[in-house]
Amino acid sequence: MRHIISVLLENESGALSRVSGLFSARGYNIESLTVAPTNDPTLSRMTIVTIGDERKIDQIEKQLNKLVDVAALQDITISGHLEREVVLAKVIADASQKPDLERVVDGFNAALITVSETQYIIEMSGSSEKVDELLKSIDGLVILELARSGVTGLSTDETVLAV
Amino acid sequence: MQLTGADIVVKSLKEEGVEYVFGYPGGAALHIYDAFHRQDDVEHILVRHEQGATHAADGFARSTGLPGVVLVTSGPGITNAITGIATAYMDSIPMVVLSGQVMKPLIGYDAFQEIDAVGISRPCVKHNFLIQNVEDIAATVKKAFHIATTGRPGPVLIDIPKDITAQVTEFVYPKSVDMRSYPAPSVSEPSEIVSAVEAMLNAKKPIVYSGGGVVLAKAQDELRHFVKALGFPCTNTLMGLGAYPHDDPQFLGMLGMHGTYEANMAMHDADLIIALGARFDDRITGTLDGFAPDAKILHVDIDPSVIDKNIKADIAIVADVKDVLNAFNTELARRAKDLNASLIKDWWSQIQDWRGLNSFWYEQSDDIIKPQFVVQKLHEVTGGEAYVTSDVGQHQMYAAQFYGFSDTHKWINSGGLGTMGFGLPAAMGVKFAHRDADVACVTGEGSIQMCIQELATCKQYDLPIKVINLNNRYLGMVRQWQEFSYEKRYSNSYMDSLPDFVALAQAYGHVGMQIDKPGDVEGALREAFAMKDRLVFMDFITDQKENVYPMIESGKSHNEMRLRPGKPA
Ligand SMILES: Cc1ncc(C[n+]2csc(CCOP(=O)(O)OP(=O)(O)O)c2C)c(N)n1
Repeated sequence: MRHIISVLLENESGALSRVSGLFSARGYNIESLTVAPTNDPTLSRMTIVTIGDERKIDQIEKQLNKLVDVAALQDITISGHLEREVVLAKVIADASQKPDLERVVDGFNAALITVSETQYIIEMSGSSEKVDELLKSIDGLVILELARSGVTGLSTDETVLAV
Repeated sequence: MQLTGADIVVKSLKEEGVEYVFGYPGGAALHIYDAFHRQDDVEHILVRHEQGATHAADGFARSTGLPGVVLVTSGPGITNAITGIATAYMDSIPMVVLSGQVMKPLIGYDAFQEIDAVGISRPCVKHNFLIQNVEDIAATVKKAFHIATTGRPGPVLIDIPKDITAQVTEFVYPKSVDMRSYPAPSVSEPSEIVSAVEAMLNAKKPIVYSGGGVVLAKAQDELRHFVKALGFPCTNTLMGLGAYPHDDPQFLGMLGMHGTYEANMAMHDADLIIALGARFDDRITGTLDGFAPDAKILHVDIDPSVIDKNIKADIAIVADVKDVLNAFNTELARRAKDLNASLIKDWWSQIQDWRGLNSFWYEQSDDIIKPQFVVQKLHEVTGGEAYVTSDVGQHQMYAAQFYGFSDTHKWINSGGLGTMGFGLPAAMGVKFAHRDADVACVTGEGSIQMCIQELATCKQYDLPIKVINLNNRYLGMVRQWQEFSYEKRYSNSYMDSLPDFVALAQAYGHVGMQIDKPGDVEGALREAFAMKDRLVFMDFITDQKENVYPMIESGKSHNEMRLRPGKPA
C-alpha cells in the first residue's frame, strides 16, 4: 500500500542524506521525497511517499525514528490527509490544438503559461492522482519537459506533528 | 579559560573520563597530537594501522562496558578505520571516533587527503558530526559520548577540520545534553510485565534466549536470578556467551548455526521463546519459514526497530533489559505460588534426550592436534577465567563452543560483521583495561595476518597477550563450506607460503612456540601462561580437515542440523 510519511527533521547538514541513505541501504522504496524548511528555522519538514505492506512500513518508521536527526514523524495516510503535488509540463501546441488545450487546462483548474507561439507550460497543483489524470488528458500532445515536485501533505484532523 | 580547538578536544576527553585513546597521527590531526603532547591525563596509544586502533578501542569497550576512543587523520586514516567502526556498529559497541579533516575552506576541493568522512561512515555509525566552529567542539564531544553510550550503543564519529583545531575559544564543558530529537529510551509498562509473566507461568515448553543486549546492559545477575526462579532452560547467542554460566544444568549452550543440538531443537519445539536483548539474526533463526512454528514470542529489547523485524513478537517490551529482568523478578516473587515445575517436567526430559546426543563430540587423536582440544586445555590452564578474543572462522566457533564462559565481557568476538583481523588488536584493548588478567587471542593463520603488525604495538606497550594460533594451513571456514556445498573444490582456501610464526614473533621481540603434538599442548600452554610479562605466540599445528559441527546450513531450519558423522553409538 502507498503511505505518506511526514517527518520533522533537524535542520542539520547531512540530515537529508541520512534519510535517503537509510532508504537505499535497506532497500526501501521511495516514490517521492520532498523537503523544505518550516516556520521554525531549526526544523525541516520532509514528506516521503513509499510503498510497502504493514510490516515494511512499521520497519521504515522505526528505522527513521532511530535517526538522531529525526525529531518526529507521522504516517498521514492513516488519518485524513491533504496531499498536493505541483506539476509543470512544457508542451507543443499549434493553433489548431490550442482550444483543446485551454479546455483541458480550465477543466483541471490549471494555468497555462505561454513560452512561444507553439510552446506552453501547463501548471497545476493537486493530488498525485489528479496530476496523473491531467497528464492522461493531454497525451495527444508532445510533452517536451515534465517536472513534478513530489508530494507534500498535512493531516486534516486536529493532530499536529510537533516536537 | 581560552583554549585552542585541539586542547578543547583533549580536555573534553578528560572530562568524559577517557583513559586511553587509540590512534595514528597524520597531517590533519597534528594540532590534536600536539595537544596530547602538552598533557598527561589522557594517554594516547600508538597502534600500527588504524583498523587496529578501532579494534583495540572496541576490545577495551567490550571488556569494560566503557566507550572506546579512537583518533585518526583524514583520508586514508579514516578509511582504514572504517572496518573497525563497522565492526563496532554491527555489535552495538559504544565508541567515539575523532577524525582530522582538511581545513574547512578546502573541503570540497579534493584537497590532499580529503575524504568525506561523514558520508563514508554514515551507514556504519549510530551518528556522526562535522564540526563547523571551534565553539561547537566541547558540546559535540559531550553529545557524541551521550549518543554512543545510551539506548542501543554504537559508534559515533566526529570529523574536525584542521583549521578549527587551531582556533581559540573559551572552554566550558557542558554538564548535560539536551537533544530533543534523541529522547531517552522507553520503559516498560507494569501491564506488559504482568502479561509476560503470565505467559511464562503457563508455558509447557519454554526457553530463555539471551543475546548481546544482556551483556551490554550488564544484566547477568538479573538474568541468572530470572532463569533460576523459573527453572527454565536458557541458551545464549554467540554475542551473549557468559551471561549464563556454561556449566549450569539449566544452560543449553550456544544456539544458532554452530550451536548445540539441544539449544536449537528446544528453540524449534518451544511453545514460548523469551528473547532478551537478542535480535533473531539469520545465523540464529535458520530459515524464517521453518522457525519455531509453535512458539509464542516474548521479545525484550531497548531498540524498537528489532521488534517484528525478522520474527513477529506476540508480546513486545521495549526497554532496558536489566530493568525488565528486575521487574520480571519482582513479579515472579509475587506470583511464586503459581509457579508449577511439573508443567515443564516432560520438556526437561525431552531436552535431556537431545543433550544425550553430545553434539559437540569430536574424535580425539594421539598424533594430530584437534583444535577443540587446544581450546579445552586453554580453559583448564586459565581456570576458565581468561578474557578470550577471537578472529573469524572455525577457530572462533571452537572457542565459542569449547572455552566455557562464566561471566559476561570476557568473550570478545566480532559476531555481526565477522571481521578477520579483530582478535589481536581487540586483545590489546582488553589488556589495557585488565592489566593483571590473562588475555588470550584465539586465531587462525589466515586471520592473524590481517592485523599482525600490531605485534609491534604489543611490544611497545608491554602487552603480554597469549596468541593461540590454530594453524590448519587453510582458510578453514571457507574450506568447510567448499567441502559441504562445492563438492570439495577448494578454490583459494589453501594458505600457501605461510611465515614461520615462531621467527616472526621473535622478530617483533616476543616469544614464539610451535606445538605439533597433542601431548605437548597442555605443557606448552602452562609454560606460556607462566610467562606473565611476555607476549607468547603459540603456533599450534592442527588437523587440516577438521570441521565445525553441528551445523545448520543456509536455508535449513533448527531441526535439520547436520551432525558430525562417525560418532560411536
Ligand atoms: C576481512 C574478512 N575477509 C573475509 C572473510 C571471510 N572469511 C570468513 S572465515 C574465513 C577463513 C578464516 O581463516 P582462518 O583465520 O585461518 O581461520 P580458520 O577458519 O581456519 O579457523 C574467511 C576468509 C571475513 N570473515 N573477513
